[in-house]
Amino acid sequence: MRAAPFAYLRPNSLEEVFAALAQFGDEAQLLAGGQSLMPAMALRMARPGVLVDISRLGELRGIALEADALVFGAGTTYSQALRSPLVAEHAPLLALAIPHIAHEAVRSRGTLGGSLANADPASEMPACMLALGAQVVLRSAEGERAVPMEEFALGTYTTAIEPGEILAAIRVPLPETARRTRFREIARRSGDYAMAGAALVSDEAGEARFVLFAVSDRPILVSGAPNLDAVLAGIDTEVEFFPDNHAGIATKRHLAGVLARDLLSRSALKEAA
Amino acid sequence: MTLDARTDMPVSLTVNGRRTAGIVPVRQTLAGYLREELGLTAVHLGCEQGSCGACTVRVDGEVMRACLVLAVQAEGCVVETPEGFSGDPAMDRLRERFATRNALQCGFCTGGMLVAARDLLAREPRPSRHAIREAISGHVCRCTGYEAIVDAIEAASHGGTAP
Repeated sequence: MRAAPFAYLRPNSLEEVFAALAQFGDEAQLLAGGQSLMPAMALRMARPGVLVDISRLGELRGIALEADALVFGAGTTYSQALRSPLVAEHAPLLALAIPHIAHEAVRSRGTLGGSLANADPASEMPACMLALGAQVVLRSAEGERAVPMEEFALGTYTTAIEPGEILAAIRVPLPETARRTRFREIARRSGDYAMAGAALVSDEAGEARFVLFAVSDRPILVSGAPNLDAVLAGIDTEVEFFPDNHAGIATKRHLAGVLARDLLSRSALKEAA
Repeated sequence: MTLDARTDMPVSLTVNGRRTAGIVPVRQTLAGYLREELGLTAVHLGCEQGSCGACTVRVDGEVMRACLVLAVQAEGCVVETPEGFSGDPAMDRLRERFATRNALQCGFCTGGMLVAARDLLAREPRPSRHAIREAISGHVCRCTGYEAIVDAIEAASHGGTAP
């Protein structure tokens, strides 16, 4: 099926994006990589009146190393992130996770910012960014604010982005000590949506962040890591499980335990890169 | 500032080495433009929602689903369809091996498979069978069971180093 009719606009600057959002209000829909939005439009699940194409905006491009953070322009594609030596050195978790996202022909176009803004609970990037303690930079005509991932993903397809705001960048803080990371996703076939997944970031000081995704309505930071028993207890008490097309609650609860044991067992922690 | 949202827009791009330009409805996908305006019907439209891989083309050197890109978004881009890749020895080998290994029956998925395989060989000249399976995992074939396709890509990769 084809998308319902719409009008199209390709702003040349963020300033024009803000003007478009003000002018078209609820009718406006930002188009980044389009790898979720375009299928949703083809299925008529999304029927935007005006597509505001931000996929070419230079202001949303690039990966930069700052003093205290690795900063991704929201328009960075998965393929660009995967090829980046900065990602390999400072955020290898993303390089572990990205190959699990769909397929090459989708990763070449899908964007980090688009994934976070879309807030699909089965998406890899929100989970990784939560595990990394990232902040999302939201910009509007009035200025900008940084929102920690803990306060950004609010539910299925729901985020802290306010009308008139755009997700402009993602800041991944640089650790003070070396960081080890692990990632695992369980899907029926390569590139499919996850039935369940997990990301782990730990440092030499013994601090660790264990995040589950595709089990609830948002990525969940489970307390207790790196202690396996504490995390398993946290899975029982802190996670509100949601079913989806790929697995029911009982399966997802089981898989959450499998992932925790896999990522947090003593041998696994030693292997973490 | 008042902005003008359009339902038709001019677009110019290079397809298989030839410059082309026209005015397109903004709703038209790149796949639709390639098929309907340029007659490049090896770009197959199966699902039109990014699931089947039959419309895969290369845009500025990267593989993409032509059904998930609007024609107006390809402004200024270099697009290669299965009809293109002329003078590309790696694509010639892939075509030949697909034929000799009977890696197609109805042929609906073949164009997308060839473009994905060509992209794989550009990144990995001698891929493992596992890497080949990964590379074509976004492409649905309902005839062959994939084994012959993997064989053909493997054989093509052994026929020389892809540039």
